[in-house]
Amino acid sequence: MLIDWFTVVAQAVNFLILVWLLKRFLYEPILKALDAREHRIASELANADSKQTEAIAERKEYMRKNEEFDRQRAAMLSKAMEEATVERQRLFDEVHKEAEVLRTKLHDRLSSEFRNMHEEFAQRTQVEVFAIVRQALNDLANESLEEHIIAVFLQRIRSLNSDEKARLGAIFNSPFQTLQVRSAFELESAQRTEIENTIKEALATTASVRFEIEPNLINGLELVIQGQKVAWSITDYLTSLENDVSNLLNLKRKSV
Amino acid sequence: MHLSPDELILWQYGFIKINVTIATTWALMLVLVLGARLITRNLEHKIHISHWQSMLEIVVVTIRKQIEEVGLQHPEKYMGFLGTLFLFIALSNFCTIIPGYEPPTGSFSTTGALALCVFIAVPIFGITESGLGAYLRSYTKPTFIMLPFNIISELSRTLALAIRLFGNIMSGAMILAILLTITPFIFPIVMSLLGLLTGMVQAYIFSILATVYIAAATRVRQET
Repeated sequence: MLIDWFTVVAQAVNFLILVWLLKRFLYEPILKALDAREHRIASELANADSKQTEAIAERKEYMRKNEEFDRQRAAMLSKAMEEATVERQRLFDEVHKEAEVLRTKLHDRLSSEFRNMHEEFAQRTQVEVFAIVRQALNDLANESLEEHIIAVFLQRIRSLNSDEKARLGAIFNSPFQTLQVRSAFELESAQRTEIENTIKEALATTASVRFEIEPNLINGLELVIQGQKVAWSITDYLTSLENDVSNLLNLKRKSV
Repeated sequence: MHLSPDELILWQYGFIKINVTIATTWALMLVLVLGARLITRNLEHKIHISHWQSMLEIVVVTIRKQIEEVGLQHPEKYMGFLGTLFLFIALSNFCTIIPGYEPPTGSFSTTGALALCVFIAVPIFGITESGLGAYLRSYTKPTFIMLPFNIISELSRTLALAIRLFGNIMSGAMILAILLTITPFIFPIVMSLLGLLTGMVQAYIFSILATVYIAAATRVRQET
């Protein structure tokens, strides 16, 4: 017997049970998983597409900004370079001016220092020279020199021209007028008398004569009355020399 | 030598009996359901999935695609029936590589039961899809004269389904058994491989024919 009806029924039931079981445990879960994954992949693809679109847009925006930034940077750089050039020129000019001022000041100061040094040097030289000369003349002074000085002084009084004699005589003839004779050394009485007589004779006056010692005269002798003076001393020569040297120094200073 | 595993009865109580066909079918059902349950228990919805899940998905998707290609518009609706038909027959035939295994599809009772299920499923799907009237009217197409021929065709194709599968599998098993007694080396292996190929082809033919029948029944509505 090829066919067994009980087995046929049993196998049909078995098959239907298997259909239900596989539907329950195989097809539905697998199809659901497939759908879920397809949805997920689709959503991820859509997401990726949107992100790509977004990325492209952002890239374009970035490139645009980058180009704009480059442009701005170039413009700013150019502007900054121009400003720097102007500023450099300004600073250069300022420095140049300051340098000029400083140079001028330095030149002035150097000139001033040079001048001061010259002046000091000249004055010192002058002082030293005159100190040496004075000392030398003081050392050389003796009686014969003093006599010569007195002789020269008296000769000068005698050799006054008539106008000078008249002018001095008019002064000396004033009442209560005292003649003052200053000397660097002590005069002897004979010398005093000779001097007094010579003055009175030359100037035709009767005024009294007063003798004083003046060490600064340096071997000199002078007749003084009311600011008028007839004298001879080495001091005069030295004073004249000092005046000449000072004039020379002043001339040099002006030329510097 | 027996023609059908139905003849090997394991337990019997009156007309109720458990033969090798039924027992093997239960074993196959257990393997299929447990395997499916084990794999689908922890299904992953991520992009990267396990190899087993991938394999099952390939099977399910291929079945769906085949159903779709035949012309059924909503393959998910028929998948339970047609997919199970294919998987059961394929597994049953595949296991012939196990020595001493008696394929349930080598039993005319099993193939008859499956053909009977197809015979019943076709009008059910047809009526569900296009309504009783439209379905019944399809037997009178193209003319009323064709009604008896259509009915005969319906019955004969069901019988053909059952006998084709039974014949192929039974003959394969039979040839293998005979060859084992004649030439126990090498040649039975080749025949076993051939039987394996034949079994897979028969599983495909059975399920694809069932699909075509259901498609023909459900197409009634689309034509009307």
